[in-house]
Amino acid sequence: MLALISKRMMLVIPNLIGVVIITFLLTRALPGDPAAYFAGPAADKQAIEQIRVKLGLDKPLIVQFGSYVADLGHLNLGTSLTTGQPVLTELKNRLPASAELTLFGLILSMAIAVPLGILAAVKQGSWIDHTCRVVATAGVSLPVFFTGLLLVYVFYFLLGWSPAPLGRLDVFFSPPPQITGFYLIDSLLNRDLATFRAALSQLLLPGLTLCVFSLAPIARMTRASMLAVLASDFVRTARASGLDSRTVILTYAFRNAMLPVVTTLGMVFSFLLGANVLVEKVFAWPGIGSYAVEALISSDFAPVQGFVLTMAILYVVLNLIIDVLYGVIDPRVRLEA
Amino acid sequence: MAKKPSKTETLLRNSDKSLPLLDVRDLTVEFATRRGVVRAVQHINISVAKGESLAIVGESGSGKSVTSYAVMRILDRAGRIADGTVMFSGVDLRAVPENEMRELRGREMSMIFQSPRLALNPIRKIGRQIEDVLLQHAQVDSAQASEKAIEMLEHVRIARPRERYHAYPFELSGGMCQRVVIALALACKPQLLIADEPTTGLDVTTQKAVMDLTVDLTRKRDMSMILITHDLGLAAAYCDRVVVMEKGHVVETAQAETIFKAPSHRYTRKLMRATPRPGVTLRDLLPEEETKGARPIGRTNGHAAMPLLVVEKLVKEYPRNDAGGSFKKLFGPKPTVKPDNFRAVDGISFTVGRGESVGLVGESGCGKSTTSTMVMRLIDKTSGTIMFDGQDIGEIPARKFATLPLRKRIQMVFQDPTDSLNPRFTAARAIADPILRLGNGERVFVRERCEELARQVGLPVELLDRFPHQLSGGQKARVGIARAIALKPDLIILDEPTAALDVSVQAVVLNLLQDLKDSLGMSYLFVSHDLNVVRLLCDRVIVMQTGQIVEQGPTEQVLVAPQAAYTRDLLTAIPHPPV
Amino acid sequence: MTDILLSPQGPAVAKAPSNSIFRHARYVIAENPITGIAFGLFILIALCALIGPYIVPHDPLASDTSAALAAPSLKHWFGTDQLGRDIFSRVIVATRLDFTIAITSVVLVFAMGGFAGIAAGFFGGWTDRIVGRISDTIMAFPLFVLAMGIVAALGNTVTNIVLATAIINFPLYVRVARAEANVRRDAGFVQAARLSGNGDFRILLMHILPNIMPIMMVQISLTMGYAILNAAGLSFIGLGVRPPTPEWGIMVAEGAGNIISGEWWIALFPGAALMIAVFCFNLLGDGLRDLVDPQRRT
Repeated sequence: MLALISKRMMLVIPNLIGVVIITFLLTRALPGDPAAYFAGPAADKQAIEQIRVKLGLDKPLIVQFGSYVADLGHLNLGTSLTTGQPVLTELKNRLPASAELTLFGLILSMAIAVPLGILAAVKQGSWIDHTCRVVATAGVSLPVFFTGLLLVYVFYFLLGWSPAPLGRLDVFFSPPPQITGFYLIDSLLNRDLATFRAALSQLLLPGLTLCVFSLAPIARMTRASMLAVLASDFVRTARASGLDSRTVILTYAFRNAMLPVVTTLGMVFSFLLGANVLVEKVFAWPGIGSYAVEALISSDFAPVQGFVLTMAILYVVLNLIIDVLYGVIDPRVRLEA
Repeated sequence: MAKKPSKTETLLRNSDKSLPLLDVRDLTVEFATRRGVVRAVQHINISVAKGESLAIVGESGSGKSVTSYAVMRILDRAGRIADGTVMFSGVDLRAVPENEMRELRGREMSMIFQSPRLALNPIRKIGRQIEDVLLQHAQVDSAQASEKAIEMLEHVRIARPRERYHAYPFELSGGMCQRVVIALALACKPQLLIADEPTTGLDVTTQKAVMDLTVDLTRKRDMSMILITHDLGLAAAYCDRVVVMEKGHVVETAQAETIFKAPSHRYTRKLMRATPRPGVTLRDLLPEEETKGARPIGRTNGHAAMPLLVVEKLVKEYPRNDAGGSFKKLFGPKPTVKPDNFRAVDGISFTVGRGESVGLVGESGCGKSTTSTMVMRLIDKTSGTIMFDGQDIGEIPARKFATLPLRKRIQMVFQDPTDSLNPRFTAARAIADPILRLGNGERVFVRERCEELARQVGLPVELLDRFPHQLSGGQKARVGIARAIALKPDLIILDEPTAALDVSVQAVVLNLLQDLKDSLGMSYLFVSHDLNVVRLLCDRVIVMQTGQIVEQGPTEQVLVAPQAAYTRDLLTAIPHPPV
Repeated sequence: MTDILLSPQGPAVAKAPSNSIFRHARYVIAENPITGIAFGLFILIALCALIGPYIVPHDPLASDTSAALAAPSLKHWFGTDQLGRDIFSRVIVATRLDFTIAITSVVLVFAMGGFAGIAAGFFGGWTDRIVGRISDTIMAFPLFVLAMGIVAALGNTVTNIVLATAIINFPLYVRVARAEANVRRDAGFVQAARLSGNGDFRILLMHILPNIMPIMMVQISLTMGYAILNAAGLSFIGLGVRPPTPEWGIMVAEGAGNIISGEWWIALFPGAALMIAVFCFNLLGDGLRDLVDPQRRT
């Protein structure tokens, strides 16, 4: 297992290097002049030039890149021009919010999509199958921000069931003492059920938005995978041996069918990390997505670089977890590697 | 664990032991397909007595597998039993509700299939899989389940059963997987075992071991067995009675010896004739009506002139999996011993004369396919020489060979007719491909040439515009042959060209191959695992084992009086029908 | 020596089926009605794209502040927006732009990713490694953010939006194409093609590519929908097309704020058009696959 992990890490380093370089170049290519922004609207050309030198923006790109990499080595991600705060601190503060939202959405999505996919496969061709397909497809046919807005409109304006989409907690509640940064877990650990319910009710709509968005690929993959497995020879053997339906479908078919689904999860997570950005904007969620978007619009590159790097590392960790999970389910990967 | 016995169980326990165990009467099975309702099996009668072994023999489309699926009631959704009765030990299986049927499956009647590795759950330990069946049918307490599973593994003669309990299917060989499948089937001591082509795809020595084991176990437990196969020889060698099916009907039922010595039905006689066996010639394989006009076959004795193909000390090595990528070499610990390469072909030498037909035989993994692929110049050798008509073609890299004029002189007929035809090309386009690429630019007459070739191989001209999935196995094989002879090559390598064909179609195709060879003056390198076929078609034989040539010489000599022990083993393993 | 065609389980069928594409198309549509609806819808959308601008009742760019924020009526079927423009006309005219975005993104990503993928899967070795590296590096970014970055850096024009969409879908096409090519690399018919004198590139183009088309068709239809959604998402952030160009995404983004104040029609109609189009493309995938796959012909 350790060998597998270290092999993976070896492969990943060139990717991260690529990510760092591309981000650097992209942010430098952004329109807008950070020096002018920093100097303020009243500054004249000379003042802007002075600021430019002070920020090190007059040096050639290679030198700038060198100092950037050196900073990275010291875990210094720079300072945001718009907020004045160090990027690392801001990211640390905001990451749990995004992570909680994304994980919540993903888990909700899997809880619905996987059983849906299994049902559609087992009852192939029936109206259940067609309905599943249509419903799942409908979910991905709307832009994710539109789904979010629609949900807000229906559940907040029309029905009044949900609280106002103003962030992680209603103004009357204060966040629980920070252990993991996840409000749901922290409030439970503190046995603070009121805060738990409040945090959950705020999470529901944005989580549901992400869930609707990722239903289709997971359900589709589960269905396709289950269909392939149900038609396989070893399921035929299991049936011919008289094993009952539950054992055949769950123990024999499902475990084998999950393998491609686990791989799809990695891709879906990547989509969600991207969709996060939009959802955070709609629901005023204080996550790293909204942080990065604001920075991008203002051509403030340090936060953008920090954000992309964080995301890339997160993605690497996630893929590693998925590989390990895959190894747990499939002994062929474990033993042949 | 003790539950109230169901109605079916009670019926079974009180059944009359003198009646046949399985009595199928007037069975008709229908499938709903795109083209309407198709009757796969029509009004058949089959019975199996207690302790008897019955073989159901037929070619593809005969309905032999469908019958057994219908008995076990595991037909897929499109199929249903339209008519007839299936009485198992006095119980009408058609009337049994599904949940009780599930109890019967595995406990009273069980089935083993082809492709044993695929028949096992790839991510579950084999011991656990046997336990699942035992526990499902409440044969043991959960505490004793693993002991019972290990005991079953012992019965099927798997060495070190306690260790192997924890093995996964991918860690076992094909033969061992089939033993595990047998263990699964026999775990609950059923009364009837149905074996659906259990040895197809296995080597002939493994086949013998598996069949011997199966027959031994079933006889010991006084079980009945139904063996479904396309191989009449196998059926007659291992079973008491034989049922012959054709296109959904039973055409003959008789004792094994009778079927072989005095078959009464015309179809059985045709199958008998078409089965390659010692003591007959190619022409004898054809149905009686068709041998009249056929020319007699002459044997070539290998001319004194320079042989067409000379292979000397040919070696092909593959690096073993561990000899891995660059990163490992940079960052990993230095290996103490240099990783061995795997020698698929270990220094072999042989020749093929002009107009000669040479057989290359061996079991899977012996290197015969690798050898033929190298001679074809599809892969590169590691060392040695390949001389074709005086030219060293071994030195030319495979990538470059494709576009040289030499390419058209060496062609191939593939084993799997389905796999070797581009699904998007019509038959005509497939046959035309070599003409378009390597021909002399007579583009205008390509269609005429295709039709001429089709006639030469006996393919009806109307079928030229069909796609492969619209053709039968025999027709696809003919398309492959037409494509191979399109440019009149000097040497054709045939890689098990008839292995996937029905035996009657095989008889026709083998005769066709012989006629083409004579009329076009080609040489053949015939790669096969089937010694009986090689005996009929080849002048000389080369026997390979683990990358080396064990024996080579004229066919009569090697196959009648073999020198090497391995050749003798191969010959003994071929099922001997009662003579 | 003629054997007749044997169907897999039954009696012989001697008649030769017609292999024409039209008959096959009719068959595919008849077998699955949803596909028929999707095809019909697709034709409707294409028609709107082609002749839309010529048949709309009002000028999509003409603003009339006196009639701003008017609810749907007989004069303005979909109502008017904040600047008094007729939403119905804008929605119809936007079809052309969105359709173009969908088609060009797909053509671009297929040309780049599809070919890179089959080359990687077929040749293996260094080609595979390089393509794999590029693909992995792109995948390491949260894809939408990468699109944002590309458009922000290069400027928000339609060309850049299409380019960004193509780049972020590149890894997916590479992966699918590579897997398919890998499976077929050692297939009998590829070896037979080599024996017939086909060089490597010929094999890729004539033998492998046509055989992976059915699977790619599904991918292509999904990407068409995704391209439009992506453009919409970018517009929401302000990195999409520039106003006053009518495009469904930016119309939804502009109308989003008005939902709260009750003027639902500004965002809903373009949103519905978007949804119908994406839905249609998604459902089309299976139908296109069946149409292109010769093995589906009876």
